[in-house]
Amino acid sequence: MPALLEMRGISKVFPGVRALDKVSLTVQPGEIHAICGENGAGKSTLMKVLSGVYPHGSYDGQILYDGAPLTCRNIRDSEHRGIIIIHQELALVPLLSIAENLFLGNEVARRGVINWAQAFQKTETLLRKVGLTEAPTTRVEKLGVGKQQLIEIAKALAKDVRLLILDEPTAALQENDSQKLLSLMLELKAQGVTQIIISHKLNEIGRVADRITIIRDGATVSTLDKADISEDRIIRDMVGRDMAHRYPDRPRQIGETLMAVKGWNVWHPDQKDRQMIRDAAFHVRKGEIVGIAGLMGAGRTELAMSLFGRSYGRNISGEITLGGTPADTSTVARAIDAGLAYVTEDRKVLGLVLEDPIVRNITLANLPGVSSRGVLSLRRETRVAEDYRRALNIRTTGVMQKVVNLSGGNQQKVVLSKWLFADPQVLILDEPTRGIDVGAKFEIYGIMNELAAQGRGVVMISSEMPELLGMCDRIYVMNEGRIVGELSRAAASQEQIMALILQSEGKAA
Amino acid sequence: MTANMTAKPGLGAHLGGHLRENGMLMALVAIVLFFVAVVRVFEGVDFLSAQNITNLFLQNSYVIIMALGMLLVIVAGHIDLSVGSVVGFVGAVAAVLTVNLDWPVWAVVPACLGVGLLIGAAQGYWVAYWRIPSFIVTLAGMLVFRGLTLWLLAGQNIGPFPKSFQSLSTGFIPDVFGVDKPNLTALVLVCAAALAVVVVGWRARTRDAAFGMTPEPITIFAIRNLVVAAALIFVGYKLASFRGLPNVVVILSVLTVLYAFFTENMTTGRRIYALGGNEKAAKLSGIKTERLVFLTFCNMGVLAALAGMIVAARLNSSTPKAGAGFELDVIAAVFIGGASMSGGVGKILGAVVGALIMGVMNNGMSIMGIGIDYQQVIKGLVLLAAVIFDVYNKSK
Repeated sequence: MPALLEMRGISKVFPGVRALDKVSLTVQPGEIHAICGENGAGKSTLMKVLSGVYPHGSYDGQILYDGAPLTCRNIRDSEHRGIIIIHQELALVPLLSIAENLFLGNEVARRGVINWAQAFQKTETLLRKVGLTEAPTTRVEKLGVGKQQLIEIAKALAKDVRLLILDEPTAALQENDSQKLLSLMLELKAQGVTQIIISHKLNEIGRVADRITIIRDGATVSTLDKADISEDRIIRDMVGRDMAHRYPDRPRQIGETLMAVKGWNVWHPDQKDRQMIRDAAFHVRKGEIVGIAGLMGAGRTELAMSLFGRSYGRNISGEITLGGTPADTSTVARAIDAGLAYVTEDRKVLGLVLEDPIVRNITLANLPGVSSRGVLSLRRETRVAEDYRRALNIRTTGVMQKVVNLSGGNQQKVVLSKWLFADPQVLILDEPTRGIDVGAKFEIYGIMNELAAQGRGVVMISSEMPELLGMCDRIYVMNEGRIVGELSRAAASQEQIMALILQSEGKAA
Repeated sequence: MTANMTAKPGLGAHLGGHLRENGMLMALVAIVLFFVAVVRVFEGVDFLSAQNITNLFLQNSYVIIMALGMLLVIVAGHIDLSVGSVVGFVGAVAAVLTVNLDWPVWAVVPACLGVGLLIGAAQGYWVAYWRIPSFIVTLAGMLVFRGLTLWLLAGQNIGPFPKSFQSLSTGFIPDVFGVDKPNLTALVLVCAAALAVVVVGWRARTRDAAFGMTPEPITIFAIRNLVVAAALIFVGYKLASFRGLPNVVVILSVLTVLYAFFTENMTTGRRIYALGGNEKAAKLSGIKTERLVFLTFCNMGVLAALAGMIVAARLNSSTPKAGAGFELDVIAAVFIGGASMSGGVGKILGAVVGALIMGVMNNGMSIMGIGIDYQQVIKGLVLLAAVIFDVYNKSK
């Protein structure tokens, strides 16, 4: 069978960087082809070449599509040929309805006048195809991320998609939404839609992909058939070395209790009667890494943020002690003074001043540490930033580089640096490895171990159960705003965690 | 070239290696040279005469002073549309206190600054703690304080002011050496400033080098500092040979240096930038964002009050129309100076250069007898061009 898509020897050079170096990719009609690689390996660049974001002529090499050369000048050209890309950041307009979003730029209209009856009808057909039952007039903002992702796919279907490219489609989804999405991908495949999926999640790739191409440092490393796909092989090809230990070892020296929370209750900031956290109690000891597992919406982030300077919720009550004495964490500044730090799950929106250089981000939470009587020492500030750059191996041209230009892993290291410089006793890390490639994950784990080894307490919130199991000394399980169980390292398993969640379901009346 | 009058210690450090700032400085120099040539050819007068340089500062001091505060407001991600009305209102208050109630100047000045502080606090309170958009709060303030100005003055002009109050704007610092013409005090101060600019710039340069940052090419550094120092000394010499340093120039030079130092070298200044760059991240880093927003508006109110007094002193009377439209000059100056509408970006020196560009153009076009109609059009286009230049640079 002739290939649907053949990219041959694609090279793309940015000033000073060779982003792609003779990459080849062959996609057969009707298959789901996975592309794997670390952040910065060149996956997104390759897809931008394919979809015409980088127009024909701005790269070297040849693209054959349907047996004929493909020369896209822009995205419209590629969409015209049925190549549609769904980006990680969803491109929906939250305040418009589903129907309006589905046909945005592609309206069901004659001479600029929209035929709403027909548009709604088509919308309903498309929604059925992706397994949604929402009314076409529903505003997109009312839908969860999972459903929004499905809307994106419906939008692609509205454009007669032949080759659908999904860029980390499940990165922001919780487990059951991810499963739904993957099932839909298999359904679409059965209907003959060829798909390319870019993903970090190896178990998902294993489930849906027929073949997998691994890219490293802008070059194709290997293309594997389904039969040859194994996690170890993929990771080895991605990082270029064996990763016998995905979770670095550390000596476990656990001391006395550092932080203890008792009877913590939090209500929703807007909805008066909605209690988000009920009677939560947990503790962290010196040198301990404690996990908090749970599905999305279980209240883990809400718990963490309400503890950290009451950054979330209202009518907060409960006790928190740090180092044995009651701690005042009523404002973020006080929480920091008390020795608490919170690394947010959303580093771009909540963690970083993106347009500022690395150095300014690192010192932001502890400006007194680089100043005296309110006057900054730019010299000291730069030295501090340099130290963290070296210690955490932040890959950058220099500490004056804007963080917006760093990869996800390096951005996360900047956020970690910021909190390390604030010198907390207890760090709460919320999804510390989300959207980060395998190599950088390993480094972040190493940093966490180092923190524990220094006698700090680490609380790790994560949706990736293997990560919790691999890293934590103890795991609390949360569901519906309650802590529904506690598992020791020895007792913890994915099944145990899921069982605790399911048993507690609906009990929180 | 008069721009560099304000470039005193602390500022030289921040000129370093930024295309945007060097570009603005070059634009200012180019505009000045343009007017020197055109005014010489068509009007037969010297644009850079001692008298005109003095006038330039007297005419534009209020824009520069308010641009300092507006920069902070805009960096924090807000806007203040009320400053023009506050200028009028505070001028009216000053007139009522001095002329009608016979208060002495030493009591009027702090009282007026206090009024400005209260106005800033009142507006800042709603913006910071109630999250009412600053555009709306200060638009309301613009109407309210214009109305209150009319009410206070009962639609009349109040004046004249006593000499002591006028000297706020039109006074000159006395020559301590008693030589008179050229005014030696002025010369000494200006030379010291020029020296300080070069020294501070050099120290910043060596510091950058020590941390492995690529310093700007030595030639650019040398040329810029040469231009800045020469301009300072030239302006100083001209002023010295006329009536000496105007009080206003001293006030705004000192303020510029203080604010540049505050924004670049103090923790509170840094926090304002972080707040404007990403309010949520700043808040989660322990920064009291509400209080900072509140304080930037308080500060703006005080500076607007100062400007209000200077304007009243210069006109020697308070009029119901005083300050009308000033807010747009000030905001334009800040944006021409490279501040970003979305907050987090902008420099004090940029705002001052922006204000001077506006001022030089006002002055030059007036000398050439260009009508107010064309002047507005040209100023508008300059504002647009400066921001387009910014956006273009960023996208490159």
